Amino acid sequence: MSIQTTNKANEGFWDKLASSPSTDEYMKGLFRENPVFVQVLGMCSTLAVSNTALNGLAMGLATTFVLLMSNILIASLRNVIPKQVRIASYLLIIATFVTMTDYAIQAISVELSKALGAFIALIVVNCQILGRAEAFASKNTVWRSILDALGMGTGFIIALLCLGTVRELLGNGSIFGIPVFPDSFQEWVIMILPPGGFFMLAIWLMVFNAMKQRKAV
Amino acid sequence: MNQESLWSIFINAVLINNFVLAYFLGICPFLGVSGKMETATKMGGAVTFVLVISSLCAYGLHSLLAAIGAPYLELISYIVVIAATVQLVEMFIKKVSPVLFNALGIFLPLITTNCVILALALFQTNKGYNFVQCLVYALASGAGFTLALVLMAGIREHLDLAEPPNIVKGTVLTLMIAGILALSFMGFAGLGSN
Repeated sequence: MSIQTTNKANEGFWDKLASSPSTDEYMKGLFRENPVFVQVLGMCSTLAVSNTALNGLAMGLATTFVLLMSNILIASLRNVIPKQVRIASYLLIIATFVTMTDYAIQAISVELSKALGAFIALIVVNCQILGRAEAFASKNTVWRSILDALGMGTGFIIALLCLGTVRELLGNGSIFGIPVFPDSFQEWVIMILPPGGFFMLAIWLMVFNAMKQRKAV
Repeated sequence: MNQESLWSIFINAVLINNFVLAYFLGICPFLGVSGKMETATKMGGAVTFVLVISSLCAYGLHSLLAAIGAPYLELISYIVVIAATVQLVEMFIKKVSPVLFNALGIFLPLITTNCVILALALFQTNKGYNFVQCLVYALASGAGFTLALVLMAGIREHLDLAEPPNIVKGTVLTLMIAGILALSFMGFAGLGSN
């Protein structure tokens, strides 16, 4: 999308904050190249599991774990994997870690595993992970790939929490399951249903667009 | 074994639990290729084709893995089969219609990472559908995906003439329309038993 323009607009601010290249490698995932709000990747899981803050957090952590492990493995194998079969190899690596995560979550909490449903398994096809493997881990050292994965993962968690808290707050009157509003509050049930996900994401993207435009002027 | 009738599976997958608008699956191509009606229908066709083939493969794989007692290989083998199927479809389309191949562009290989395909394989396994039920489910999901894509493309073609403010141009506007579509699809909820 408009990553180029954001880069230019934020240059002054980020130069001051990111004194070393390593910090920058991590920080870029948080806002400047945020996977959800700026790159608009991984929409399916973003929308589907952000109906409560807790689900969003769990999904974010699971995705970060898969992203980190597959980035490490792909970066260390980058000179071994033949170019022609790289996508297939990446998919295999990612699928292996996702299977591990799926079983781990089932072991930790059956309730959570039920709430997230097939979406844990669907991390395999989260374009964000394959995208990072192809665009970053296959060309960079292990250390840089770790930083990149952590940054992107954190950015994803931030995005999921942004969506999840607002949707839970309006749709259920609570945050992380703790009631915030008095009983007289009429819940906006629509917010935890599918249309609410679309509307909320649209509103967040709009906020980001507005911020971008303000900086560009 | 699941005893759901074929008609109920069909209505469920097309309207009530539409993969795009109720399950949020396949959002990437939904946002990406819904700009023009023509590409949208063809993309829907390609996805439906891959869905049917991979669904049947997944059915066979599931029986095989259950027979040798290795269910943990399910996800990995599904994704390999899907990747292979997509590769086949890609070569087929390139040969038969280079124009369509160019129009679909990057979204053709990305069918591999289209959640609809993998989700269908997983859902049908979870629900324990038999062979015919799988086939109907795959066709219906494909139809549902195409329906959502075509509806969106129709609306977006008309929107080309409108002048929205700068901050809602592009993805934001598409998402808002998707929200409204999802809202109207919720009206189908009473049609069948969930």
